[in-house]
Amino acid sequence: MSESLFSKKNRKLITDPLTDNNPVTIQVLGICSALAITVQVNQAIVMGLSVIFVTMMGNVVISMLRNLIPSRIRIIVQLVVVAALVIVVDQVLAAFLPDLSAKLSVFVGLIITNCIIMGRLEAFAMANKPWPSLLDGFGNGLGYAGLLVLVAVFRELFGSGTLLGFTIFGNSLPGEESGLYAMGYTNNNMMILPPMALIIVGVIIWVQRLRNKELQEDH
Amino acid sequence: MAINKESNGFTFGFAITLVVVVGTVLALLAMGLKPMREQNAKVKKQLDILSAMLDLDKEGINRKNAASEFEKYINLDEAVVLDMNGNVKEGTNAFDVDIQTEYKDKKLKDSDKNYPLFVAKQDGKTLYIIPIVGKGLWGPIWGNICLDEDMSTIKGASFGHKGETPGLGAEIQQKFFIDRWLEEKISDSTGLYLPFEIVKDGSGATKPQKIDGITGGTITSKGVEEMANRCLSVYAAYFKSLKTKE
Repeated sequence: MSESLFSKKNRKLITDPLTDNNPVTIQVLGICSALAITVQVNQAIVMGLSVIFVTMMGNVVISMLRNLIPSRIRIIVQLVVVAALVIVVDQVLAAFLPDLSAKLSVFVGLIITNCIIMGRLEAFAMANKPWPSLLDGFGNGLGYAGLLVLVAVFRELFGSGTLLGFTIFGNSLPGEESGLYAMGYTNNNMMILPPMALIIVGVIIWVQRLRNKELQEDH
Repeated sequence: MAINKESNGFTFGFAITLVVVVGTVLALLAMGLKPMREQNAKVKKQLDILSAMLDLDKEGINRKNAASEFEKYINLDEAVVLDMNGNVKEGTNAFDVDIQTEYKDKKLKDSDKNYPLFVAKQDGKTLYIIPIVGKGLWGPIWGNICLDEDMSTIKGASFGHKGETPGLGAEIQQKFFIDRWLEEKISDSTGLYLPFEIVKDGSGATKPQKIDGITGGTITSKGVEEMANRCLSVYAAYFKSLKTKE
């Protein structure tokens, strides 16, 4: 092998999607599920892990088949591979994490339509060897998962006063308030509704472009 | 001989092989995991039924010990299945009745629907747990109502929903809404069913048969009302026949 497994080029495949080429904030893909699955951090983590698995495995499978796939049906082939992987995730979740699976409901199935996955298959895996494809899939999945968890931290903390289900601000039950609630603090119900996720994603995009002038569009 | 991978033959061959391989893998996986999915559904149902009479968090009941706790409180041999007129149906296992599927099944006649009733024992008292099902604003809602040994006073309840609006309709599963149902009676002293009404004027706390609805969750609240009245009246008829027998 001419190139080491974690050469600079390969490392960039993982780090780029985490920062200046994030699939959600820069390419604005996968927004739909980012709005829906970010009410609680543990949901966001499971959803993120599911997407990482699908992007990684999808990229590897397509990359291995890339010289065989007839170009006329390549999109359909990609779709079949992604759909099969998503069903695997769905079935495994339903069998081992039934409560979370019920909460994620249709959104696991909708990973199929997540543009990040099809985008990486078509743009990267069809033209690269399996190992770089695996790293690329992992990086993009991680970039998606990271943003999901970040948004979920804000939404769960200010919407429900908890993180990963643990109370942070005290007891909010009417009549037995403690901590911040005893001082008159209330949860922001807007936080648990999807529009607030859009606003949070918007703020993250704004902050990111403020810090990195290269990302700002001229017009 | 080099294969022309853009030829029709190769394209068809590739597509067929791929679909067969993927189909086989998924079918094997689904069959392999089926026992676990069925077990999960069974445990969920046990937890739902228990949640009507106990505070699951306080009692430390979870998926792991659900089966043993369920057996401790509920004897399935005493459970019965009723028809829509409150008569006992023989030969149907109460736990196996899926009222949600039956409720959704448009082809199923009302007279063929099953109404399961579970009998529980707690501190020497006999309690009756009634599963109910209906529809809210966005999708199905369901619940379990626990009656005291007088077969009329609501002692506990739990409600669930598929996708009601968070903060509005979804609040039906919160403790404050459930508490509004406690100590209400489903029948008068002769056993006649007394229908419930969801009200907006805040009179629910003082007047019998009136339950305060949820602000901003009117349609879901009305759904709970319809669900409770439709299902509970069947059981009231059954309890009445039991009392007359005595």
